[in-house]
Amino acid sequence: MSTILTSTFKNLSTTSKWALRFSVRPLSCSSQLRSAPAVQTKSKKTLAKPNIKNIVVVEGVRIPFLLSGTSYKDLMPHDLARAALSGLLHRSSVPKDVVDYIIFGTVIQEVKTSNVAREAALGAGFSDKTPAHTVTMACISSNQAMTTAVGLIASGQCDVVVAGGVELMSDVPIRHSRKMRKMMLDLNKAKTLGQRLSLLSKFRLNFLSPELPAVAEFSTNETMGHSADRLAAAFAVSRMEQDEYALRSHSLAKKAQDEGHLSDIVPFKVPGKDTVTKDNGIRPSSLEQMAKLKPAFIKPYGTVTAANSSFLTDGASAMLIMSEDRALAMGYKPKAYLRDFMYVSQDPKDQLLLGPTYATPKVLEKAGLTMNDIDAFEFHEAFSGQILANFKAMDSDWFAQNYMGRKTKVGSPPLEKFNIWGGSLSLGHPFGATGCRLVMAAANRLRKDGGQYALVAACAAGGQGHAMIVEAYPK
Amino acid sequence: MVASRAIGSLSRFSAFRILRSRGCICRSFTVSSALLTRTHINYGVKGDVAVIRINSPNSKVNTLNKEVQSEFVEVMNEIWANDQIRSAVLISSKPGCFVAGADINMLASCTTPQEATRISQEGQRMFEKLEKSPKPVVAAISGSCLGGGLELAIACQYRIATKDRKTVLGVPEVLLGILPGAGGTQRLPKMVGVPAAFDMMLTGRNIRADRAKKMGLVDQLVEPLGPGIKPPEERTIEYLEEVAITFAKGLADRKVSTKSSKGLMDKLTSYAMTIPFVRQQIYKTVEEKVKKQTKGLYPAPLKIIDAVKAGLEQGDDAGYLAESQKFGELALTKESKALMGLYNGQVLCKKNKFGAPQKNVQHLAILGAGLMGAGIAQVSVDKGLKTLLKDTTVTGLSRGQQQVFKGLDDKVKKRALTSFERDSIFSNLIGQLDYKGFEKADMVIEAVFEDLAVKHKVLKEVEGVTPEHCIFASNTSALPINQIASVSKRPEKVIGMHYFSPVDKMQLLEIITTDKTSKDTTASAVAVGLKQGKVIIVVKDGPGFYTTRCLAPMMSEVMRILQEGVDPKKLDTLTTSFGFPVGAATLADEVGVDVAQHVAEDLGKAFGERFGGGNVELLKQMVSKGFLGRKSGKGFYIYQEGSKNKSLNSEMDGILASLRLAAKPEVSSDEDIQYRVIMRFVNEAVLCLQEGILATPAEGDIGAVFGLGFPPCLGGPFRFVDLHGAQKVVDRLRKYESAYGIQFTPCQLLLDHANSSSKRFYQ
Repeated sequence: MSTILTSTFKNLSTTSKWALRFSVRPLSCSSQLRSAPAVQTKSKKTLAKPNIKNIVVVEGVRIPFLLSGTSYKDLMPHDLARAALSGLLHRSSVPKDVVDYIIFGTVIQEVKTSNVAREAALGAGFSDKTPAHTVTMACISSNQAMTTAVGLIASGQCDVVVAGGVELMSDVPIRHSRKMRKMMLDLNKAKTLGQRLSLLSKFRLNFLSPELPAVAEFSTNETMGHSADRLAAAFAVSRMEQDEYALRSHSLAKKAQDEGHLSDIVPFKVPGKDTVTKDNGIRPSSLEQMAKLKPAFIKPYGTVTAANSSFLTDGASAMLIMSEDRALAMGYKPKAYLRDFMYVSQDPKDQLLLGPTYATPKVLEKAGLTMNDIDAFEFHEAFSGQILANFKAMDSDWFAQNYMGRKTKVGSPPLEKFNIWGGSLSLGHPFGATGCRLVMAAANRLRKDGGQYALVAACAAGGQGHAMIVEAYPK
Repeated sequence: MVASRAIGSLSRFSAFRILRSRGCICRSFTVSSALLTRTHINYGVKGDVAVIRINSPNSKVNTLNKEVQSEFVEVMNEIWANDQIRSAVLISSKPGCFVAGADINMLASCTTPQEATRISQEGQRMFEKLEKSPKPVVAAISGSCLGGGLELAIACQYRIATKDRKTVLGVPEVLLGILPGAGGTQRLPKMVGVPAAFDMMLTGRNIRADRAKKMGLVDQLVEPLGPGIKPPEERTIEYLEEVAITFAKGLADRKVSTKSSKGLMDKLTSYAMTIPFVRQQIYKTVEEKVKKQTKGLYPAPLKIIDAVKAGLEQGDDAGYLAESQKFGELALTKESKALMGLYNGQVLCKKNKFGAPQKNVQHLAILGAGLMGAGIAQVSVDKGLKTLLKDTTVTGLSRGQQQVFKGLDDKVKKRALTSFERDSIFSNLIGQLDYKGFEKADMVIEAVFEDLAVKHKVLKEVEGVTPEHCIFASNTSALPINQIASVSKRPEKVIGMHYFSPVDKMQLLEIITTDKTSKDTTASAVAVGLKQGKVIIVVKDGPGFYTTRCLAPMMSEVMRILQEGVDPKKLDTLTTSFGFPVGAATLADEVGVDVAQHVAEDLGKAFGERFGGGNVELLKQMVSKGFLGRKSGKGFYIYQEGSKNKSLNSEMDGILASLRLAAKPEVSSDEDIQYRVIMRFVNEAVLCLQEGILATPAEGDIGAVFGLGFPPCLGGPFRFVDLHGAQKVVDRLRKYESAYGIQFTPCQLLLDHANSSSKRFYQ
C-alpha cells in the first residue's frame, strides 16, 4: 500500500513539473463546443410535487481548488473548511443563529479533527448551539452531506442546513505500524521497569515502517487509477481519446476561468501567504506534449497518465440549503431547487467507476425525465478514461441488458451540454468537496444559459455512485 | 514422503484439464496455402504483425498433437516467407487455455523408446526453429500454459500473460513419470536460473502469472478486464492481443528489449552458476534430495537432472540429445504408465456420469462440527455454497468454526486468497445449535459420532424438518448405508458420502449408493462433491464399502507383522520404501487406534476369516490403555505438540510381547513383508470389483491412491496387477496362503486374469 501512495506522489510531482513547463497555451477546440440553449419542450415543467417541501440552494461557494503541496500545504483540513464556511456566511449574509445544522463530507480524516464539520463551524464563528456532523462516502461525501440536508429539511427536522465538504491531500495521517502501536499501548500499561524492559526487548526495526492511508480499494487492493486503466481498456477507450478529453476539460476550464464563470469561488487569505483567488490546476497543454507522458498505473503499456487523470487537490466547499418557504420568508432569491437523487453501488473490482452509468437512468426515471430534458450535465471527472467509459456504457444496449437489467441504453450525454466549464480533471478534485462544486456549477450554468434541468452525477470508491437532478429557480 | 508428495502433486492434475485428444478429427491436408483454412491454427495479419490463433475445434483446451504441430510449422513457414510480416503474436482463442500440454496419447501408442525419442526430437526441432526465428514472436498467454504449452511459449522471443487465476504456467511432466521433452530441460534453466528450473521441473508445480513475472518466466502481465461492451473474457483476450501486438512491433523495431532487468540476487545467482564447483554442488544437493524423497521409486526426477546437467556441462547438442533419449526411456517405464493411468483415471473421476441433477444443491447443512464436519463445511463454503453447520454444543461448534476460519486464513497467508475474499467466503457459513433454516436445505450431510443409534436419531430428526427433496448423506467410514437408511421415510434420498481426513487436503470422495438410492440423488451427491473439488468414486453399499474394506485386511496383516516382532519403525521404513506415503504403523496412529479397532471388529464379523491375520486383541489393549494414536498423544509412537520427531512408545513393548507370534522365516524377508501388506490390499480390491462393489477398475485405482495412499508409482491395485502380471500376483498369494491360510487365497477374478494372458483391467 505504501508503494501505491509513493507512486501517486511521484506522479503528482511529474504532473506539477509538467504543468509548470506547459502552463499556458492558446485554446483551439473549445469555442465550437459552446452551445446555444436547446429550445425544446420538456417532459415536465417542474419537478415540484404536491405536499412535498421544495428544497432550494440559497448560496454555494468554494475556496479555490489547489494542487496539493501548494499554498494550502501547511494548513489543516478544518482551516480550509472554515474558510469555505466564512465565505458562505459573507456571501449569503445569513445570520449565524438561523442555521439549524451543519454537515461536511470528507474522505481522508485528520485524526485530530475527526468531526471536521464541528471544528470548522466553531472556528468560523457559528453558534456553539448549532450541531454539526461529518459524513464520508469517498468522492461523493459532500453529495451525501447535501442529500442528508435535503432529508432533514424534507422531513421537517430542520429548515436551514449548511452542507459542504473538505479535503486536504497535502497532509495525510501516516501511522506507526500496528506492531509499534501495540507495543506503545502495552508500554502505557506496563507498571514495573521489568515489564517495560521485557516489552522493549521485543522491539524490531521493522516496527518503525510507517503505514500510509490506503489509496487502494480495501476490498480489491487495487488503486483507482489502475482500475480506471482497466475500465478504459474494457471499453476500448484509446489513449488518444483520453488525452483529447483531458485537453477539452482543461481548455474549457481555462475559458470559464477567463470569462469569470467560476463565480462560486471565494478568495481565501492563507495565513502567512498571499490571498488565493483562483484554481491553480488548470493547465491546457497540447496533445503532443500529453502523448509524451508515460502511463502512471499500468506500466508500460497502460493508457491512464498523470495528464488525463484528476490530480491530488486541496479544497473545500459549502452550501446553504433551505426550505423554499423559509428562504423566501428570509428574503432570499434561491439559486436552484434540489430535486430527486439516487445512490447506486456495483462491483468494486470491475465497475468501480461506473456509478454515473447506473445512477443516471434511475434518477431520470424517478424524476420522470428523459436525457433530452437535461440542459446541463455536470459529471465528476475522476479520469478521462472513466468519463469516456461511462459514455460508452451509457450508449450500449448490450451493457444495459447484461449488467443493468434494463431493456435499452439510456444514451450518452451530448458533449455540448457536458461539463462545459471544465471538470475535476482541470479544476481539481478535493475528494470530500467535489459534490458541492458540481451542484453549484450546474445551478450557475442553468442561471446563465437559461436551461430548466441539470443532471449531476459522480462515481466513488467502493463502487458507488450518485446522481441528482437540479432544477432552475424561476427568474 | 515420496508418495505423499506425489499424491500432493497429483492433486494438481486437476488444474490441467484434459490432455487427451478428443476423438479423431479426420482431415486430409496436403496443400498449404494462405487461403486454406486450417483446423487448429490460423493467422491473420494486422499491419506488419501476424496474429497466429490456436483454437482446436470441439474442445475446451488446446493440446499439441501431430496435426497441430504440422499446422504450426506450415503457418510459421508462411510467416517467415512473407516479406510484409515483421513480427508475430501467438495466442489462443480459448479463454482459460493457452496450450494445456502435449497429447499424452501420442506416447501411449509408442512401443519402443526410439519412437518416443523421435516424438521428442520433432518437438525440439520445431521449437528450435521458433527460437531462432528472424521475426520476433510474442506468446500471448491467457489460461493454462502447461507442459508442451510452456515449452512452446519459452521458445518464443517474448511472453505476455494475463494476471488471472486461470493463468498458470508449469511443466507437470514429472507427475506423469516423464520429462519436458521439447527443449524444456534446456531452455528453462537458462531462462529462470538452475535452482528455479529444478524446482519447476521436479515438483511439476503450477506457477501463477504474477510469480512467473517475478521469476522472469514471462516478460509482461496484462490485467484481466471487467465488462465493457462485450463479455469480459472475450474482451480480455482481445486486449491481450492488442498489447501483444504493440510489443511485437516494438520488438521488430528494436524498441523493446527481450532482456529482463535482473535484481542483485538474480545477478549473483547467475554469476555463481558460472562456477563449475557451484554447479556440481547444486546437482549433488538436488540429487540427494530427490533420492531421499523418491526412495528410488520414481526414475523421472533423476533423468531430468541428468538432462539439465548434460546441457549445462556439455553444450546444447548434448543437452538436447540427452533430453530426447531420456524422454524415450521414461515414456516406456512402468512408472510413467502407472502415473499416466492415474491421470486418466482422475479425469474420469472428475466427471458426473450420472448427469445433471434435477435440482442444484444451493443450501447445504452439515451435522456435527467435528474434524470431518468442519472440513466438509470448509470445502463447501469455499466454493460459494451456503452452509449451515450444526452442532450440539457451543464449544464443539466454535471449535469447528475456528477450523474453517483457520483453513481459509492459511490460504490468505499463502496468498491464494485475499483477506477480504476470506471474510466474504466465511460469511457463507452459519453456525448453529438448532434446526433453524433446515426447511430450506437441499442436502444434509451428517458427520456425527460413528454409532448406528446416533445416526438413526439424527436421520429421524432431520427428516422431520427438511423438505421432501432434501438428500440425507452420511459421512461414515464403515457403517453400511442401508442400515442407516432403514429408519428413513425416504430411503431413495439416503446416500453415503465418505470424505477423508483432512477434508481440505485429501482429494478423494467415496460416494456409496444403496439399492434404494435414486439415480438423481447420486447425481446430486456427485455434483456437490465435484463442486467441492473432489475426485469421486461411486461404489455400492456393503461392509466397509471399497476403501475401508481394502484397508482392513492390510491393517490386519500389519498387526500380524508387528505381533511377529517386527519393530514399528522398521515396518514404517519397509512400507514407505515400497511407495506408501505414510508408514503402516504411523497410519494406524493417524487413523486412530479406536477407529481401527471398530472397523476390524465390524468387518471381521462380516467377512470372517479372510480378514484374520492380526489379533484384534492388540488394538483392544491399546484402546484400553488410551493409546489411541496421534489424537491422544500416544499410539505406536509418542507424539509431542510442536515436535516433529516421534519416538517409539515403550509401553507398547509389553502389549506386543504378550501377543507375540512366531515369525515364519520363509515369508518374513523384508520383501515378503512388503508384499504381504500390499497383496492383501490388492486381493481385496479385485474382490470388490468381482462382487460389483466397484463399477470400474479405474475407480478402484483412484480410490486406493487418493484415499489410502496406495503407492502412486504402482498406479493402484488394478494397474499393479496389469503391470506386474496377474500370474506373479497369484503366485505370491499362493505362497503366503500356504504359510498363513485362507486370508491370502486369491479371488476368482484374479485367477481368471492369471489364467488368460489376454485379460487385463486396462485394455
